[in-house]
Parts: sequence; structure tokens; C-alpha cells
Amino acid sequence: MNAARLAAFAALLAALALPPVLQAAGADFYLGTASRILVYAVAATSLNLLLGYGGMISLGHAAFFGLGAYATAILLSEGVQSGLVHLLVVIVAVGVASLVIGAISLRTRGVYFIMITLAFSQMLFYLVNSVKGYGGDEGLTLRVRSLLPGGLDLRDGNTFYYCALAVLALELFLLHRFVHSRFGRVVRALRDDEVRAEALGLPVFASKLVVFVAAGILCGLAGALSVNLQGYVSPNLLHWTQSGTLLVMVILGGVGTLWGGLLGAAALLLMQELLSAQTEYFEFWIGWVLLGVVLFARHGLAGMLRSLFAPKVRS
Amino acid sequence: MSERALLEIRALHKRFGGVAATDGVDLKVAAGEIHALIGPNGAGKTTLVAQVAGQLASDSGVVHFDGAEITHLSPHKRALRGLARSFQITRLFASLSVLENMAVSVQASSGHTFSFWQRVDADQALVERAQAMLERLGLGDKHDWRIEQLSHGEQRALEVGMALAGKPKLVLLDEPLAGMGAQESAEMTALIGSLRGEFAVLLIEHDVDAVFRLADTVSVLVNGRIIASGKPEDVRRDPGVAMAYLGSEQEVL
Amino acid sequence: MSGLFVLEQALNGLQLGFMLFLLAAGLTLVFGVMDMINMAHGSLYMIGAFVAAWLVGLTGSFIIGVAGAIALTALFGILLETSILRTLYARDHLSQVLATFALILILNDGVKMIFGNDLPLSAPQALEGPIEIIPGLMYSAWRLLIIAVGVVVAVLLYLLVQKTRMGALVRAGASNREMCTAMGVDVGRLFTLVFGLGAALCAVAGSLLAPLLAVQVGMGENILILAFVVIVIGGIGSIRGALVGAMLVGIVDTMGRTLLQQLLREALPPQWASAAGPALASMSVYLLMAVMLVARPQGLFPVRT
Repeated sequence: MNAARLAAFAALLAALALPPVLQAAGADFYLGTASRILVYAVAATSLNLLLGYGGMISLGHAAFFGLGAYATAILLSEGVQSGLVHLLVVIVAVGVASLVIGAISLRTRGVYFIMITLAFSQMLFYLVNSVKGYGGDEGLTLRVRSLLPGGLDLRDGNTFYYCALAVLALELFLLHRFVHSRFGRVVRALRDDEVRAEALGLPVFASKLVVFVAAGILCGLAGALSVNLQGYVSPNLLHWTQSGTLLVMVILGGVGTLWGGLLGAAALLLMQELLSAQTEYFEFWIGWVLLGVVLFARHGLAGMLRSLFAPKVRS
Repeated sequence: MSERALLEIRALHKRFGGVAATDGVDLKVAAGEIHALIGPNGAGKTTLVAQVAGQLASDSGVVHFDGAEITHLSPHKRALRGLARSFQITRLFASLSVLENMAVSVQASSGHTFSFWQRVDADQALVERAQAMLERLGLGDKHDWRIEQLSHGEQRALEVGMALAGKPKLVLLDEPLAGMGAQESAEMTALIGSLRGEFAVLLIEHDVDAVFRLADTVSVLVNGRIIASGKPEDVRRDPGVAMAYLGSEQEVL
Repeated sequence: MSGLFVLEQALNGLQLGFMLFLLAAGLTLVFGVMDMINMAHGSLYMIGAFVAAWLVGLTGSFIIGVAGAIALTALFGILLETSILRTLYARDHLSQVLATFALILILNDGVKMIFGNDLPLSAPQALEGPIEIIPGLMYSAWRLLIIAVGVVVAVLLYLLVQKTRMGALVRAGASNREMCTAMGVDVGRLFTLVFGLGAALCAVAGSLLAPLLAVQVGMGENILILAFVVIVIGGIGSIRGALVGAMLVGIVDTMGRTLLQQLLREALPPQWASAAGPALASMSVYLLMAVMLVARPQGLFPVRT
């Protein structure tokens, strides 16, 4: 078993052990933070798939987070509590939305693609904002949560944590298989040079669309989880600045790396927690950190770790 | 009695504003032959290549390939039908290794693109085919190098090799000798020569010496039209060709 | 719906349009000439508004307020450009998006630290009331001033871009940057000037709109996106496109909100209509942008070669 696998197992074990450890230390409160990190790690990893591996820069990815959240919230507010139903509805709803948006957006390239993803997410933002029946611009608070088979209620902190951990672990595992698969190599190739890929006979549009939809659905799942954690949805989840935040997580963690989403989500959320305890102007400092990373440490945390532990390994 | 040509271009046109870049081109390439296309700067070679490859839509005319009309097909569909191309400016996949570059080219024609579960480097057949192609290009021992570590000549060789990896019927080589020194040119010329019979080659080149040594057929493109086409020695003696290149009727090619 | 009502809405649309034009003109120049996506452009607008509000509060004079805002914002813009933004020209679009997004965070909190979360500003007394422009139609004098300023700035920009040497360089740079550099133009100084001009325009828009909209931290984020819509529709790098695009967006958004609301009120129950109207209007602006990007990405007035 090589070093990377060992590290992954160690991380998994540490994550599994976290709730009882926190409980023993009387620091249960931090379980909420850890859960939030897991949820945003799922979202950021999905964006990393789209951006880091697929090379598609989207300023509208948060729209899928929001759609997944709203789909779940609407079902919950209508009394449908089955987690399996939520899962199915989120996959279908976000899948269809990302299929349509992707099929149209992927006809454009470069800066036009960035702009059109922005346009679609703003459209969805205003749409959701206007639906008065489910909170409108004030958002919707929920009193119940999803129920999983076996009588598990996501209202319980520990249950939610392990559920989110399972989703993240599965997502990372699938991403890992993807990167080393035939499809993964095709996607990496077309990220490098789309024209060449097409000239070789690779199905560029179809490949990009598959990645776009997969990333969208995964982000939607993160949104569904976030509803269960916060008990609240608001149209702000779809605002372009949320997409910006996800991008920040990806860049902090490391674009195009397996762990980049998790590292970035952890880094940003922990920074927010620590800094907001010190000053109300914590975004000011986060802004400088981000600027520093963009200008001087392009490969983010994962890049730094890699150069520390495995400087001779080719990426 | 002539065989049906593998690639047949008839009356191809393309205008840009007031300029006819391609002004009624007729061209035939037979299976297995090396057919060179030469012409002075500004003759319209780049435009014609883009039209044949499918990157540029033609205004009128037809392109037939392997018995079917492909005039409106995308580059990706043409590649799948066996019409491959290499690029004048090297286009390689920078984040993949040399072997991976070749493997993805082989993979393109063997389908299963969306298989996302199994490890691709465990696919022995794929790896063997890719490695064999690398050996043919003289890059066998550099299979795990990064692209940026290769020399210009090696990159150009890989560039051509990737177009061949999918076992196309015809390969369009766009100035493969561009920017090469004497040694590298000789190696590339030998490689192209070795393709005869196995692939049809439509070779676009500036290096007239290499062309006349290599080609079975030479066509001369001037102002968007083919003014001469035939065996190298015949074309060499054609007065119109000399005129086009040098403005006089001397035999200088 | 009376004709006067429609006219009033049309004037509102023009007013929004001209303000969007001020923002979009700077944004399109920076994008066109320097190929840089600047997400912090809205922050310059916010800074302009805050500085104007602060100066007016300090001196009581609106003229000093606006003039000071323009000067200080332009100066700040130039400072920003020469220190940080300059390093981004050579970088890819993703890096530019992220770095300028970071600037939004820094500038939002920076403004909060200096001025607080908001700073109210009202129009000068002389122009506070409405005036009767045609019999039966009362329209805010301030809004009329905005339209007038918009027209003047548009004419000045036109003269600058078409008739001056700097303008010629800007146009050349927008259509072919490499050629410009190859011809020995001091590109660095040109870029700084372009950026400073953009910042000044933002300040004009910020200080004029301040009495109408709330001067608060974060006010730049929403108008920034509208500005992007404008330049996509108009054509990146084209001032003419920015003007036409801004008028289009301003009118569609403004008239769409109220007119759609009126129309829907006749068809739907009131609480649906009051929400659906603005939503549809906003959505239609982005729909227009999406259609443009697919059908004619180079915009109405393409500039790039």
C-alpha cells in the first residue's frame, strides 16, 4: 500500500473517530463546524471536478447547490421526509437542470462560458427569489429533516456527520477512479488541448457535458445536505458570490487535485471561524490570503503539501 | 483504368470577404500514396487544410472520403472515419506523459470513452499499441517523460505519431518539417516515407526538396487553385509551376 | 396604462441605462484593451459613492463631493492598477477572476472599516423636487440631471475615443493588443490611463446614483453583473456597444419590471404578479445575455480581430 493510500486511510479513520473524541473533550460544538466542512467539501470537490479536471471555469456552480437545497426544502416543507425520495428528486431535478444549462453553455468557450454560466445562475437566483410560496427573498426555515432507512434522522448531529462523511468519502473514491480511468484521461486531454482532442476523434462536447452534469448533481447533493444541517434555505445560496466562494475553496485547496475540495473547504471555513472570533472584518484578511494564494501559491494547499512530501513525484 | 480515389475534393470554394482563399480546388488522393501539396506563400494551403480537416466550413464544393461524402462533417467525425491530421504548430497534451499522449490517441479510435471505473493503465492491449507506436517514432525509451522534456524534433515526431495511432486510412500532415534542423528533417522524412502503402498521406510542405524525394504525386496550389498535379518529375518541368514560384519560365525546382 | 406612465418608465430606463453605460464603458475598455476580467469594478463604483457621500457630509457641497469622488476614486484605481492588477494581465482568466474577487472582499471590509456599513446621501436641495417636463408628467429633477450627465459623458467619451491620440491607441489596443505592443506603444502607461478613466466613470455613476440607491457596503456586486451583461451584449471592447447595450438593458429591466407587473396583475392573483413581474424582468435580461452568448458571442459591435 503506497503512501497516498495510507494517508487516505489515516484521514478516514481520523474522521470516523472525530465525534466521540470531540464528545470526550466536551467540545461537541465543533461537530457542527466539522459537518459544515464536510458539506462544503462535497460542493468544492464537485467544482474541482468541473474546473480542475474538466477545465471548465463556471461562475454559476452554486446554482446547483441551491437547486438541490430548494428541492429538498420544498419536499420537507410539504411533509415528504424520506431521504431516499429526496436523493432521487435531487438527482433528477439537478440532473435535468445541469443537462439543459450545460448543453447550451458548452456551445461557448473561454470567457463567454464564464459569462453564460453566470447568466444562468442569476436567472435561477431571480426565479427562486420570486417564488413567494417557499419563502421568497426571506428564505425558508424548516422544522424537520430527512429520514434515512433504518430510522436514522438527520436532525441528530452524529447521524448527520456520518452521513455527510459517507457522501464525501464516496465522492472522493469515485473521483479517484475517474481520474485513472479511460474517461478521466480523455477529460484531462481535452482540458489540455480541445482542438487536438477533437482532431483525434474524441467526443469533446459529450465528454464535457457528462462532467458538467456529474459535477452539478454532486453539488446538488451538497445542497441537500446543507438543508439538513442548517434547517434553512435562502435564494442567496444561488447568488454568484456563492459560486465565487466555492471557487475560492477550490483554489485554496488546490485546483485539479483529489483533496483540493476538502482542504480548501476546511481552510476557508476554519479561517472564517477563527478570524470572526477576533474581528468583524474577517473577510478583509481572508481576501488578502486569497490574493496571496492566487499570486504566489497557485497550486494551493495540496500543491504545498505535495512539494513538502513528494517533491520528486511527477504530477 | 483508375481506382476510386480515397479522398476526392471537387470544386471546393471558400471566400473571406472579397478574397477567394480557395477558388475551385480539385484534388484526388489514392489509398496508400504519398500525395504532396506545395505552393508559394499565400496560395491558400492553410485554408484548404482547414476545409479538408473539417475545421472550416466550405462555401461550396464536395469532399468525398472512402466512398462517402464528408463535406459537412466535424473534425471529430472525420477522425472516426479514418481521416486523421497533424498540426503545423505542435499540439500535445501537456499534463499527460508521452505514453499517455499516445495512448489517448489510440484510445480515441477504440471506443469505450466513457468507461470511468477501471484503471486505464491496467489495459495491456492499449499500452502495448501505444508503446509500439512510440518505438516506431524512436521515442520508446522516453515513454514516461513529460512533453516539455522532449526536443522540438521529438515533439514533432510525437505530433505526427498521434495522428497515426488510430490507424487512419489517410493522414493529413500539415508542415511536419516546420522548424526542423537537417538531422531532424532527415529523420522525419524517413518516417513519412515509411508510411507509404500503409496509410495515404496528404502532405502539406514548404520544403520542396523533401517533397520531391518523398511524394508519389505532387499538386501545386496557387491563388486557391491547383495549377498542376502529377508525378514529381512532370510537375517539376511544368512551366506554369516555375512561373508561379519564381515569375519566370525556367526549370528551377 | 397611460402613455405618460410608459414615458416615465422609459425615462427611468434611460437613467439606469446611462449609469450602466458609465460602468460598462470602463469595464469594456479594461476587458478589451487589457484582456482582464475585473470583478472588483463594482467596488470602484461603491468607493465612488462612499467618498461622495462622505465629502458632501463634510463640506455640504455636492459639487465638491462629486468632483472629489471622481478624483480620489481615479487615484485609487491607478494605485490599484500599478500595484496589484498589473501582475494579472499576463495571467489566465481564472486567476483574474479569483484575484479580483479577493479584492472585492478586501475593499468591502475596507470601506466598512473606514466609513461604516452605510452612509446616506440625499440629492442637493435645489434638485430634490420634481419638475414638470411636459404637461401632466412630473419627473424627478435629479433623475433628469443623471440623464443629462449621461449624455454629456457619452459625447465626451466619443470625442475622446474617436478624436484624440489616446483614443486611437485605446481603439487599436482593444482590437489588437499584440500589434500595439509591437509598434512600440507605451502599453503600461496606456493601461494605467484606461484603468484610471474607468475608475473615474465608476465614481460618476456611484455619486450620482447615491441619492437614489442606498450607499452601502456590497452595493457593487449586483450592478457589476449587469455591467457584464451590457458588455457581452454590446461587444467586449466597444464603447458604442456599451452604450447600446446599456440602453437595452436599462430599458428592458426598468420597463420590464413595472410593465410586466401591470400586465400580469390583470392575469394573475396580486401576490404572484408583484413577485413575478420583477423576477421575469431580471430573468429576461440574463436570458438576453445567454442568447447573445450562444448566437453572437462577439456582441452587437464586435471589436476584436
